[in-house]
Amino acid sequence: MQLTDYIAPLMQGAWVTVQLTLYSTVLGAMLAFASGIGKLSRNRAINAICVAYIELFRGTSLLVQLFWLYFALPLAGSAMGLDLRLPPVLAGVLALSLNIGAYGAEVVRGAIAAVHQDQREAARALNFTERQTLWDIVIPQAIPEMMPPFGNLAVQNLKDTALVSLISLGDLTFRAEQIRNYTQDSTTIYSMLLVMYFGMALVLTVMMRGLERYVTRWRRARS
Amino acid sequence: MNDPIIKFDKVIKRFGDLTVLDELDFEVGRGEKVSIIGPSGSGKSTVLRILMTLEGIEGGVVTVNGEPLWHEEGPDGLRPASEAHLHKMRTQLGMVFQQFNLFPHMTVLRNITEAPVKVLGLSKAEAKGRAEELLELVGLADQAQKYPHQLSGGQQQRVGIARALAMRPNVLLFDEPTSALDPELVGEVLNVIGRLAEEHDLTMLLVTHEMRFAREISDRVCFFDQGRIREEGTPEELFTDPKEDRTREFLKAVLD
Repeated sequence: MQLTDYIAPLMQGAWVTVQLTLYSTVLGAMLAFASGIGKLSRNRAINAICVAYIELFRGTSLLVQLFWLYFALPLAGSAMGLDLRLPPVLAGVLALSLNIGAYGAEVVRGAIAAVHQDQREAARALNFTERQTLWDIVIPQAIPEMMPPFGNLAVQNLKDTALVSLISLGDLTFRAEQIRNYTQDSTTIYSMLLVMYFGMALVLTVMMRGLERYVTRWRRARS
Repeated sequence: MNDPIIKFDKVIKRFGDLTVLDELDFEVGRGEKVSIIGPSGSGKSTVLRILMTLEGIEGGVVTVNGEPLWHEEGPDGLRPASEAHLHKMRTQLGMVFQQFNLFPHMTVLRNITEAPVKVLGLSKAEAKGRAEELLELVGLADQAQKYPHQLSGGQQQRVGIARALAMRPNVLLFDEPTSALDPELVGEVLNVIGRLAEEHDLTMLLVTHEMRFAREISDRVCFFDQGRIREEGTPEELFTDPKEDRTREFLKAVLD
């Protein structure tokens, strides 16, 4: 087996990694918004659910969450007479996005809380409802503040996808392990793995910068 | 005063142990232009913030247009107002803030049209027409597409005035509208306020440190001290012949 023979299977794995990252980052962002806003809610039930979710997923290991969803949930389900077996992709995406959503929630909550009180007063004086104030006035100003930490979380998420190889999902790390078992060429394989993750992280960072520029375009208007 | 548009009846406002308004009685007539002057911490801005429903009260009753602002008629007399009641009452009031408080992520035009569209339910075209008239009025017709940070402080405050007027309030509250401005920009804002005072039957309540301006535009000037009105009268009376020592001291300190 030659070095060039590694490329095709690694690229296949990389594509799975890209998909996992994309789905779980998007789903994670939605969870982050929902629970970050929910944590600021005055409704006690909503508040409690969001706090419980955030603390539970921040306070436990991603690996354990993944194993629990993939191995434990089906057994718990069958004990209750339910079929809760998840396909590996779904278990992987769920574990990753629930995890990243919990960290993102704190980013969302913090950015919303940091919008100046004056803005809320102006909105109240103009008779916006609380909901309108949140969505029209506060969140658009909070989103730019969320972007740098969101960028970090997205890259973190990309790297965390390597864990799904442990539930036999054919991502980049899984493919690399397969080749390594076959060839014992650890140095080459792991070096290629590093470079590929680094390349993907670089692309992701550039994409997040682009998104950041887009959501902050009003700040750069020049007279 | 018969049929005042604003009435404070023994209103008490406290921040912790500090009593900011101490059984304040205060009235403003329809269309009247009233200036509130006084040392900082005397409760001047608090009066406006209570009217704009940004601060609640601990005692007494505030009425706007004959209806209690912070209370609702219940089966056993007055009870604290619901958010729905406050929402209804706020339609009569508008406020211009010391720090302008424009929405930085919206263009000037959208700053002015957003509330008329979302809150009053105007069509976008109607709101835009209204906004353009108001921008004309404040002399900023050519700045509609800019963002607030691209404007000078004086221009921003004029947008703030247009934004408040777009909601067609009966009462417009000015909370130290020129205090955050560089001295050379104060004039343009005072001009706009002065023109409003002359040309509109809007009721205006102005908290200010601009004594000469207060004297020019007001029907009545109130001197606040320690949570009460220490002295009030026409600008002539108050500025040329103050009765109270405390008023005289204050005027001497600020006019010299």
